[in-house]
Amino acid sequence: MAEAVDYKVVGTRPIRPDGVDKVTGRAQYGADLNLPNMLYGKVLRSPHAHAKIKSVDVSKALAMDGVYAAVSGADFPTAAHGDIGGEGGGDVADVAKNVMARDKVLYHGHAVAAVAATSQSIADAALAAIDVEYDVLTPVLDVDEAMADDAPLLDENCFTANLPEKPDKPSNIAAVMQLARGNVEEGFEAADVIVEGDYNIPMAHQGYIEPHACTATINEAGQATVWCCTQGHFEFRSMTAKLLGMEIADLKFIASEIGGGFGGKTVVYLEPLAVLLSKQSGRPVKMMMTREDVFRATGPTSGTHCKVKVGAKKDGTLTAATAWLAYEAGAFAGAPMGPGAMCVFAPYELENFHIEAFDVLVNKPKVAAYRAPGAPQAAHAIEVALDDLARQLDMDPIDLRLKNAVSEGTQASYGPKFPRIGFKECLEAAKAHPNYTKPLPEGAGRGVAAGFWFNVGMQSSAEVHINENGSVIVVEGNPDIGGSRASMCIMAAETLGVEYDSVRALVGDTESTGFSNVTGGSRTTFATGMAVIEACEDIIAQCKARAAATWGVDEDQVEWEDGQAVPAPGVNADVKPLSLADIAASAHKTGGPLLGRASLNAQGAGASFAVNICDLQVDAETGKVDVLGFTAVQDAGRAIHPDYVEGQMQGGASQGLGWALNEEYIFDKNGVMENAGFLDYRIPVASDLPMIDCEIVEVPNPSHPYGVRGVGETPIVAPLAAAANAVRDATGVRVNDLPLSPPRLLDAIDSAE
Amino acid sequence: MSKVQVETRINGEGVEFLCEPQQTLLEVLRETLSRTGTKEGCATGDCGACSVLLDGRLVCSCLVLGVEAEGKEVTTIEGIAGNDGLHPIQQKFLERAALQCGICTPGLIVATKALLDKHKNPDEETIRYWLAGNLCRCTGYDKIIRAVQDAAEELAYEA
Repeated sequence: MAEAVDYKVVGTRPIRPDGVDKVTGRAQYGADLNLPNMLYGKVLRSPHAHAKIKSVDVSKALAMDGVYAAVSGADFPTAAHGDIGGEGGGDVADVAKNVMARDKVLYHGHAVAAVAATSQSIADAALAAIDVEYDVLTPVLDVDEAMADDAPLLDENCFTANLPEKPDKPSNIAAVMQLARGNVEEGFEAADVIVEGDYNIPMAHQGYIEPHACTATINEAGQATVWCCTQGHFEFRSMTAKLLGMEIADLKFIASEIGGGFGGKTVVYLEPLAVLLSKQSGRPVKMMMTREDVFRATGPTSGTHCKVKVGAKKDGTLTAATAWLAYEAGAFAGAPMGPGAMCVFAPYELENFHIEAFDVLVNKPKVAAYRAPGAPQAAHAIEVALDDLARQLDMDPIDLRLKNAVSEGTQASYGPKFPRIGFKECLEAAKAHPNYTKPLPEGAGRGVAAGFWFNVGMQSSAEVHINENGSVIVVEGNPDIGGSRASMCIMAAETLGVEYDSVRALVGDTESTGFSNVTGGSRTTFATGMAVIEACEDIIAQCKARAAATWGVDEDQVEWEDGQAVPAPGVNADVKPLSLADIAASAHKTGGPLLGRASLNAQGAGASFAVNICDLQVDAETGKVDVLGFTAVQDAGRAIHPDYVEGQMQGGASQGLGWALNEEYIFDKNGVMENAGFLDYRIPVASDLPMIDCEIVEVPNPSHPYGVRGVGETPIVAPLAAAANAVRDATGVRVNDLPLSPPRLLDAIDSAE
Repeated sequence: MSKVQVETRINGEGVEFLCEPQQTLLEVLRETLSRTGTKEGCATGDCGACSVLLDGRLVCSCLVLGVEAEGKEVTTIEGIAGNDGLHPIQQKFLERAALQCGICTPGLIVATKALLDKHKNPDEETIRYWLAGNLCRCTGYDKIIRAVQDAAEELAYEA
C-alpha cells in the first residue's frame, strides 16, 4: 500500500531510546518519586452518589500524631467559570468541584476531604477521623431517567445550552447539539429499505494500568514543583493554577513516565490537592490513587443511549439517516456528544440526515476523554445498522460501505470538505485481505465495521540541540505514552540526514521547553513531530549559513544533502562537504552552539479511517465469546515507526473488544459501582485474545512533511460494532446493547430459540 | 504502630528492613527500599504489575506481606539483567516493541522469566495462559507474545 518514497529512517523499526530504562525498572512513573521528609496524602471519598454536604470537620484528624495537613472544600478558592483547556476538560468551576466537593457530592467516590501524614496507615486512620454530615438525596443513574421531566436535578443552575431560547427551568440536560442536511423525510420516502436500531452501552473505563499519582512540594515563597503522570504537564500546570488561584510561573510541572492514559490523564484530580496539602504542612506530599479510586472517581467514558435509522436504495445507496445520541456526562457537563454527533455519519456520503445529541448529567463520575471520545458509541450504532442493512439488501457489508464511502472532496457530515483521505483504500484493503475470505470454523461468525476519527493538531514546541560531536538532542513537551520519543528521533534523523542512533529525545518540564498541548487527540507524532521537523530545518539553515561563511560563498550557494553541507550544483567552490559533526566541532569558531527551535499551532491533522474484521464464536451453553481472529486495517498517512503504529492498532482493537464483550460499570440502586476492581471490571487478558493482524494503509496526509496522520484513537472506533456484527453472524441473533457478556448473550440466544 | 524487623535477600543482596505488620512486600519494596521498578496497578492481585519471584516462585508482591519475605530470596525486575547486560527477555521486549507505556513491562518480564524457567519451549497457548495474570492495556498482547516466543527460542539456543 505504501507509495514509494525514498526515506532512510522514516518507516524503519529501531529500538525506542527510552526502552532500556523501561525493561529494567529504572524508568520513573508517577508514583516512583520519594522525597526526603515526604508525607503521604490521601482522599476521603463520598459514600453517597448524591447528597448535600452539611458539614466537614477535619479537626480530629489534624490533631492526630503524624498528621500534618487536612483540607476540605472550604480550603479551596472559588474558581470562576471558564474553559479548563485540555482534551474534554470542561468548565473550570466544575473541575474545581470535581477535585474537591463543595456543597454537594454528586457521585459515589467524590472527594470530600484530604489529609497528609507521615505514613499511609496514619493517613488512613486520619481519614477515618474526619466527620462529614450528609443530607442524602435521590441519585439519578441513567441517561433516560435523567432526561425525564420529573427527574431529580443534579444542578439547579443547569439550563440546557444551545437551545434557541434559554429554557425556563433547569434540567439534567446540560447541552444539546444538532447537525442536519437535506430533507430526511424525502430521503426515507426514496428508500427501498429502512433499518432502525436502539442501542445502549454502559460507562466503560480507560483502564490504564498505572493509577494516578503525584508528588508536590511548595516552598515559603509559594513556588511549587509537581511531579506527576500526565498526558499534558503544561495543561496540568494551568489547571492547577486556576483551581488554586496561583500564578502559573510559580508552578513547575515535571511529567514522569506515564503508565497509560488513553485520554484519562488529561485532567487533574490529585495535583491541586497535593499542592494544597504541601502548603499546609510545609513538606513534600505524595498522593497515589488506589485502583478502586481510579474506577470510582476518574474519567470513565459516557454510557450512551443511541437511536439510528438509515434508508437505502436496492443498490445500497444511502438516502437518509437520523441519529439520536444521548451521552452521560457523569456529575458535571462535558460528555463527548459533539464528537459523537460529528463522527456518526462522517464516513458516508449522505444528502439527507439529521443528528441530535445530548450531554446529560447523572450521579456517576465525571467522564474524561477516552480514545476518540464519543466516537465508538456512535459508530457502534451506525455500523450495526449498516450491517443489518447489508443483510436486508443481501449485499457484502464492505461493498455497502464502499458504495457510500466519503473520499477527497466530499462534504463531510460535520461540515468541511475532506482533503485527501484513505477510507476507500482501507475498505479495498480489507476486502482484499486473505482474512476476509478465509473459511470460518463451524459455528463461527465474521463481522466488519468501519471507524473514523478527526485527529487534532494544536500547539507544540520543540528545540533541537547539536552536541559538540554532532549528536542531536531533541527536547519537546509531550509525555511519551507509547513510543513517541522514537518517532521524534526518526523524524529528526530523517530531516537532518543523520543516523537514528545519534539522536536522543527528551520530554522537557514546564520550565525547560515551550508550551505543548496534551499528548492526546492523536496529535503528538503529527503536530509535535512537525515542530521537531521544523526545528531541524532551523538547524539546517544555520548549518548552511555557517558553511557559507566558512567557504566564503553566499548562503543560497549551499545545500544540505545526506547530513552535510555541500556546494549547490554549479557552484564552483573547491571545498570538502561539511557534516553536522564537522560544523558542530567548529561551532565555537562560527557563532557558538547550534540550537534550533520551532513552535506552532499545527493545522491539517489528517482524518483517519479504519476497517476491522472480527472472527469469533459463541459458546451456546454459556454465552461466552471466543475471539478467533481480528484484522485491523487503518490509514496511518505515513507510519513513522510501523511497530508503534501496529501497537496502537492492536491496543485499540483489544480495548474495543473488551468494551464490546465484557467491560461495563455496574451500579447498584444507590449509585455505588459494584465492580470497582480489575477482577470484576474485566479487561482483556492475554488468554482472551488471538494475534491481531494489522494492515497499515498509507495515504499520505498532505499537511504533514512526511504524510503523518494521527493513529492513536481511530483503532478503538470500529471494534465494538465489528464484534457485535460477528456475534450476529455467528448466532443469527442481533443484540443491540453492549457489552455482549455471557449473561446478556445467553439470554438473547435463549429467547430467540 | 510498632514495626517488625525483617531479614531477606533481594536480587542476591542481603537486606534488612523494618515494616508495619500489615504492609505488603510491594509497599516495602517501593516506599521503604526505593525499589520502584516493581509497579502497583491494583494492589489486589488482579493485574500482575507487581510480579516478583519469591524463592523462584511467581507471586504478586501486593498479596505478600513484607514480613513474609523473612528468610526468603526475592527477585525483582531490578535483578533480571546481569552484569553483562540485558537478559534476552528484556532484549526481545525491546526488539519486538512489546511495550508502549511500559508500566506493565517489569511485571511481564518477571512473569516471563518464571515461565521460561519452567517451560523451555512453550506454545502460544501456554504463554497466553501463563501471562493471563499480567494485564497490559496498551498492546493487545500481540507483540508481547512474540517477544516471549523470541526469547524462548534465544534461551533454548543459548542452552
